[in-house]
Amino acid sequence: MPADQPLVVISKSGSKRWISAADTAARKLGLKLGMPASKAQAIVANLTMVDADPSADASALERLALWALRQYSPVVAVDGADGIVMDTEGADHLQGGEDLLISGLVNGLRGRGLTARAAVADTWGAAHAITRVTPAETTVVPVGGVAKAVTGLPIHCLRLPADTIHGLRVMGVETVGELSAMPRAPLTLRYGPEVGRRLDQLFGRMAEPIEPLRTPELVEAAKNFQEPIGAAETIAKYVRRLVGELTAKLETRGLGVRRSDLVIYRVDNTRQCIRAGLAKPVRDPARLSKLLCDRIEKIDPGFGIERLVLVAIMAEPLEERQAASSLIEETVVDVTPLVDILGNRGQRLYRVTPVASDVPERSVKRIGPTADETGATWAAKWPRPSRLLANPERIDVTALLPDQPPAVFTWRGKRRRVKRADGPERIFGEWWLRPKEHAAVRDYFVVEDEAGERYWVYRAGDGVDADTGSHLWFLHGVFG
Amino acid sequence: MSRARNPRVIEELRDRISHLEGSTAKKAVVLPFGVREMDERLPGGGLSYGALHEIAGGGAGTVDGAAAALFAAGIAARSKGKVLWCLTRPDLFFPAIAQAGLHPDRVIFCEGDKEEDVLASMEEGLSFGGLAAVVGELVRLPMVASRRLQLACEKTGTMGLVVRRWRRQTEASDFGNPTASMTRWRVSVLPSEELPVAGVGRARWLLELMRVKAGECAEFELGACDAKGRLCLLPHSANRPDTSTWRGSRAS
Repeated sequence: MPADQPLVVISKSGSKRWISAADTAARKLGLKLGMPASKAQAIVANLTMVDADPSADASALERLALWALRQYSPVVAVDGADGIVMDTEGADHLQGGEDLLISGLVNGLRGRGLTARAAVADTWGAAHAITRVTPAETTVVPVGGVAKAVTGLPIHCLRLPADTIHGLRVMGVETVGELSAMPRAPLTLRYGPEVGRRLDQLFGRMAEPIEPLRTPELVEAAKNFQEPIGAAETIAKYVRRLVGELTAKLETRGLGVRRSDLVIYRVDNTRQCIRAGLAKPVRDPARLSKLLCDRIEKIDPGFGIERLVLVAIMAEPLEERQAASSLIEETVVDVTPLVDILGNRGQRLYRVTPVASDVPERSVKRIGPTADETGATWAAKWPRPSRLLANPERIDVTALLPDQPPAVFTWRGKRRRVKRADGPERIFGEWWLRPKEHAAVRDYFVVEDEAGERYWVYRAGDGVDADTGSHLWFLHGVFG
Repeated sequence: MSRARNPRVIEELRDRISHLEGSTAKKAVVLPFGVREMDERLPGGGLSYGALHEIAGGGAGTVDGAAAALFAAGIAARSKGKVLWCLTRPDLFFPAIAQAGLHPDRVIFCEGDKEEDVLASMEEGLSFGGLAAVVGELVRLPMVASRRLQLACEKTGTMGLVVRRWRRQTEASDFGNPTASMTRWRVSVLPSEELPVAGVGRARWLLELMRVKAGECAEFELGACDAKGRLCLLPHSANRPDTSTWRGSRAS
């Protein structure tokens, strides 16, 4: 279907048919939501109309929410018929901050062909209102800025029944600011407590916890406490018990956990989460409970914890495998437990692997710590420095052009006389990566000063042709 | 430390002490350097597994730690199994480490934001038990931290290698402070091997064994790690550079 072809979704109720969704091309032609289908057909001749399927929409939205639950935050729920709400507290830094989190989310969805708007705010109500009204794709409301951000918004974004909205409009109330400035008692008398409740939720005067999405295929174990618990040892004891329960459930299904959430409900109706990720599916209770118990100190029990829930958010098939006998072959040590422990502490773990590139900074690539062994190593037999500066540093050099090594150079304020040198090793630019590098050349030299310190220096350019580089000298690495 | 009159008596006493220490008296497992003069100086005839070893650079190497990293890589290359390399400044150029015989598949890097993260990761790696060696690049190594690492090493028999590198050359006097490590090395670069033609020959190091438990200090002039991570002894050069200027100020 061509992209510029106008497309609308038609909802039906009895014999009444109206537009429930329209794409950009259709909106440009003047079609509006709620317009009767016959009127739309009269305006646009070749209009493509698709019948609405609310149940398929709901299940697709739930799939999307489940994906977000695995990817972004432990607390994700479906919001109405057209949205997803998630608690990003404590989860945004993993994506580089709130801004990057939502812009990454919107871009990721666009890559899958979905148009989305996202907002981060202090309250569910505010984020709900802003995403549905503001035309901007992403909005981040600063902490404490909700009151200022929502005063100008129209009241239909308040999650109130349609007849209440209509009644308020009749009274001449158009914006949230106007509504919140009205006396509460007459409003409640006329429209019921719902208006006040939604306003309080919007401004954060009333708590509105998000009940995370759960589907039947998520394996979980929960424990309610008659008396609230708070001591670290007690929490650890029950976490171990829950892990045991969870792994037993997983075993019956033949699954291993890849990502699990421990949700902690406190008596004051707040919630905290600990998420533990694993490099490979695991069902070993000792390993899983170590990962969770490592971070018990991060839990703030407050006045006590009344409920613990452990969920296997991401589970993968795991089959029992026979261990290799030490008589036949050498036992290969599996390092994934260590990788899991360090990775869950927030350390960056990686291995390096060669890349077929002569440019030194491009010849190394980071791969996952548990990636398959490649067996590849660097083919070059030329000596390479054991420390490579991230940014080559300018040095002042006295050297004979075109291809003599430097006789004297000054680096970081210290003048060094070159005793021995080797080179040049000419490295050409990779024009297939960047057209600018078409003619670029670097001439690398190994130089050794009088004290025996060896450095890797290069000249940008071949020493003759100015097109190949600036002919400035740089120090790129230090040999051991 | 006074020289023992009769080494056999000392040996007997050591055996008895290790019996007293408990039933878990492990056999001392060592990784020999393959250089007779060096192995003679080390108790057990090599660098012991299940112990912490400190390595620092000399001169400009106190800041870049290039030779020290290569020396640690050479030791790790000759051991068997995976290596955990913990650091905060990711400026290691792995092709050079691979040239010292350490295959990239064997090394898992663990990059932290703080020194404390490196210490914690090292301890976790050492007490994990399945690794051949754990290398950590550290600025400060307090006594308590080094003792924890040493105990973790002893428990599992993993070798701990600490590459000390400082922000400034003047801070390197910290290397004199006592730690619980088994040996302490300083690697300084020497002018490379003379070639009959113009060019830079095999790198040479002045390796100082500054401290060793149950042994004596020594220094060696060595050829740097070859493609298998091995060192080799070189004849003393007659015209050695005057390094006393920087060594005198930081003698431990």
